[in-house]
Amino acid sequence: MAFLGSMNLAIILLVAVALASVIGTVLQQNQPYGDYLMKFGPFWFEVFRTLGLYDVYSAPWFLAILGFLVISTSACVIRNAPGMLREMRDYRLHAQEKSLRSIPGHAEWQVPVSVEAAAIEGRRTLLESGFNVRETRVAEGYLIAGRKGALQRLGYIFTHVAIVIILVGGVLDSRIWLALRELKGDLVVETRPVPVSQVPPESRVPASNPSFRGNVNIPEGQQSSVLFLNVRDGYVVQELPFAIEVKDFRIEHYINGQPKSYESDLVIHDPASPNKPVAQTISVNHPLIYKGYAIYQASFGDGGSKLALRAWQLLGQSGAVQDIQGAIFQDIPFSLGGQRYTLELNDFRLFNINPVEGEGGKVEQKNFGPSMVFRIRDAAGQAREYENYMNPVVMDGRPVFISGMREQVGAPMRYLYLPADRDNRLDTFMAYYARLHDPERVARAVQAMLEEINPEAAKLPAASESIRAMVGRFVEGGYDAIGTDLEKRVPAEQLQQAFETSVRVLQTVLGRMYVELLAERGIEAPTEQDERFLADAVTAINALALYGSPIYLQMTGFEHIQASGLQVTKSPGKAVVYFGSVLLTLGVFMLFYLHPRRAWVLVRENESGARVLFATTSHRKTIDMQQAAAQLRERLELRLSGAGGHPLAADHA
Amino acid sequence: MSANLDVMRQPLGQSPAARHVRSLDILWLVAVLGAGFGVLAAFNQHMDGYEVGILIGATLSLATFGWFWRSMQGLTLAVAVMSGIALWRYGVYFGDQLSVGLEALNAVQGKDFFLKFLVSSQSAIMWMSALYVGATFTYFLALITRAEYIGRIASALVWAATAFGLTGLMTRWRESYLIHVDYGHIPVSNLYEVFILFAVITALIYLFYEGRFRTRNLGGFVMLVISAAVGFLLWYTFDRGANHIQPLVPALNSYWMKIHVPANFVGYGAFALAAMVGVAYLIKFKLGGDGENDRLPKLAVLDDLMYKAIALGFGFFTVATILGAMWAAEAWGGYWSWDPKETWALIVWLNYAAWLHLRLTKGWRGAPMAWWAVVGLFVTTFAFLGVNMFLSGLHSYGTL
Ligand code: HEM
Repeated sequence: MAFLGSMNLAIILLVAVALASVIGTVLQQNQPYGDYLMKFGPFWFEVFRTLGLYDVYSAPWFLAILGFLVISTSACVIRNAPGMLREMRDYRLHAQEKSLRSIPGHAEWQVPVSVEAAAIEGRRTLLESGFNVRETRVAEGYLIAGRKGALQRLGYIFTHVAIVIILVGGVLDSRIWLALRELKGDLVVETRPVPVSQVPPESRVPASNPSFRGNVNIPEGQQSSVLFLNVRDGYVVQELPFAIEVKDFRIEHYINGQPKSYESDLVIHDPASPNKPVAQTISVNHPLIYKGYAIYQASFGDGGSKLALRAWQLLGQSGAVQDIQGAIFQDIPFSLGGQRYTLELNDFRLFNINPVEGEGGKVEQKNFGPSMVFRIRDAAGQAREYENYMNPVVMDGRPVFISGMREQVGAPMRYLYLPADRDNRLDTFMAYYARLHDPERVARAVQAMLEEINPEAAKLPAASESIRAMVGRFVEGGYDAIGTDLEKRVPAEQLQQAFETSVRVLQTVLGRMYVELLAERGIEAPTEQDERFLADAVTAINALALYGSPIYLQMTGFEHIQASGLQVTKSPGKAVVYFGSVLLTLGVFMLFYLHPRRAWVLVRENESGARVLFATTSHRKTIDMQQAAAQLRERLELRLSGAGGHPLAADHA
Repeated sequence: MSANLDVMRQPLGQSPAARHVRSLDILWLVAVLGAGFGVLAAFNQHMDGYEVGILIGATLSLATFGWFWRSMQGLTLAVAVMSGIALWRYGVYFGDQLSVGLEALNAVQGKDFFLKFLVSSQSAIMWMSALYVGATFTYFLALITRAEYIGRIASALVWAATAFGLTGLMTRWRESYLIHVDYGHIPVSNLYEVFILFAVITALIYLFYEGRFRTRNLGGFVMLVISAAVGFLLWYTFDRGANHIQPLVPALNSYWMKIHVPANFVGYGAFALAAMVGVAYLIKFKLGGDGENDRLPKLAVLDDLMYKAIALGFGFFTVATILGAMWAAEAWGGYWSWDPKETWALIVWLNYAAWLHLRLTKGWRGAPMAWWAVVGLFVTTFAFLGVNMFLSGLHSYGTL
């Protein structure tokens, strides 16, 4: 008990909780285990997992520290509180002259008046300074004892009891109930991403679970009577005693497109009261409380939006298009060039507010319009993630189709910009790209170019052959492919020059083929905008070499179906925690701002009147307390000297 | 205990009993309560229960505050006059329109003399920044030259800066509505706005103790922190354009925010003050401690001030964290989620709880506690700023 309630242990525990919490914030908690594995490698992944670092705040060792904190604080209160309570009530009327005299700062006066008169002065002084006063007769005189700020001790008790209450309330609302079930073997965490109907009973928690906090996404027009509780690298299904229907979900926007509020029209279908469904609209910061369950607007997501898509073939017969219909959360298999792929439609976003550097370098928020997120997975199971915007976005003054790509979850997106044409369409770029894949057209362009600038070389098949091969390399692999090829054939010191020459020739060919395309489309006098289009197209083709998708997927239309992300909680500990919080607040301010003090005036009769002994203490040895002590002494002295008294002795400590 | 005798000769300010009520104090009460309840009477039908509560609470606390700390009265008047000028100028151009759009607002701010150079929120905040930095130098100059009047100038600069800072916040509040009705909010909603709040609150806490302890020699130290905050603010403004008024994200659109955030900043401000007093302590300690002809207050006084500041900060931080938990319960569905910002608030709190325990129960004093207070500021800064920069979580105060 002495150890458990000791200050050293308390401080160690306080610091330990703080340090453990640091770990929990530095290492992002409850991420998919795959991410951790990738980050730390198999060895450390395992070590950290064993230590429970992916969910520090539920780790047994962390809970043990908190447990010790509860025990230690309780022990401390149990040890100190009875004494304090006793002391609060006690006026110390039994103080002995000797012990008063040992108090630093005591003082003594001789007053030529009766003990009664002197006692009255002493008493008044204490009362005027805000003391509560008791008086007793002692041999040949009186002892007047005062105290003030005694409630400060209650502040100590409040503060520390509050800590215990808050922690206990927190435990009531914690994962402890799930942990108990798991321990008993009643609960198995589900790790497969299967539909709710296929989740086995041992991964379900009955509605009787005393406390939980779970999430569910409900598409508009649908309902759900279960929640998902994330546990480590999986989840369990929490049953609810009622069904929540989302009638409608709305996002209100500010004029700059930023979301202003999210709200859902809910209807609760409760079998306990089938004829009276409760209907209410909830929004962020305005939950619905129903029979002790609180339903919050936590997030929103896609509820399976329907998309019209156009797949532009990049591999094989480039330029070919196919229109398909899809919906978010759908997987669409397809094959191209003898390879099989799956297109996984993951998400749709109606608004994308992004910071853009506007004129004068000012950062502005701009809405990029609808986008979709999808993955393309090959037969080997490797997938890349893409985010394609539906409409061209004006960047640096010209419209481009944007597609973000990443090879790994969590990696930053890299962006491909495909220039939009005069009609804001992708067609011109795709037609141009297809052209560059057409060997005959390329051959014709190369030949025509050679004839124009170097008729001699035009006669040599090898010259045109090598230029065609270079164009082919560029289209397949970008500038890098040209560079790699040159490295094999050209001595290092000439590499730079050879590369520059090659690029110049390449660009001439590309330019010719572009002018040809424009001419076919009836554009005779290319504008500056058309010229930029060419430059952007070439940049894009160079980037396409790294794009890693056999198709470019363009969204051409959509029907937006949203899902409301609800969080539902049952937290019986909340009231306990709030009560503890009030107690804590009271306690802390009482501790800091009540200044506990005691003072005594002992008056004894002697031959020339009365002798007055004064002493005051506080267990808070602060400067304020010393100053107050000195003030009180001066005040008493002033009164006594008014009655003709003079100091006998004073301890100026 | 004899060393403490010197300490007691240091003037500690008057005790409340020594106070004499002046007629100005009465006037103050009448004015503040009159204004507060006047607003209540006038706008009662437009306000909901929360708003009425906040208005009454704010009026009563301002009244009490000014009653016990007279300097608040002058400050309030200055802020009221300057904000009044801003409102008047906007009124001249926009009449009683609630919103006019960003363009119209910018145009007026560019051409009106008062707005352009003095009281538009941006100008006021620039004045605040310049004056705080100026005050820092002036305080140190006063410390070196031991010239009383230079010290007085420094204090005046801090008061003026604070008045400008508060005016800047008040006008910004109006400007947010001018940009768009939907944008309107009390400016305590993003990192830019709370940095101003931090500077102002820290300065006020400092000024309070400056009056109580009758010493200006700590001013330079405390103003260093404020100048650092101003430096950040300027960088944030000119490099990131953070001064542009943004609408609230949905989670921040809550009454809790309006009390949670200021309470937090009393905490941060007090901790910052404690740390800078700690720095002063350590410097003095290294230079040989108390002497005959000291510039800085006695070590024991510094130590006591450090304790008072940390106690004040701890109290408010406790309240702020609890309010934060209640808000989280309403916004996210759980009063505690171990979100990084939340967790760091806990870390800060535990750190100072340990500090207080060592001081009060083990009687630790002096250099170790001063060091700890300084380290505490780094912990606090991380909770305040570092979390937003380095850790991701639910808090929507935005990354840099
Ligand atoms: C999370 C746990 C704890 C917190 C937040 C906490 C908080 C506090 C606070 C705020 C004070 C007031 C300091 C002041 O008056 O300036 C205090 C004082 C004190 N605490 Fe704790 N405490 C905790 C745990 C403990 C434990 C475990 C013990 C037992 C050893 C303890 C013993 C004390 C004592 C003896 C005082 C001094 C009371 C006085 O001098 O008036 N505390 N505590």
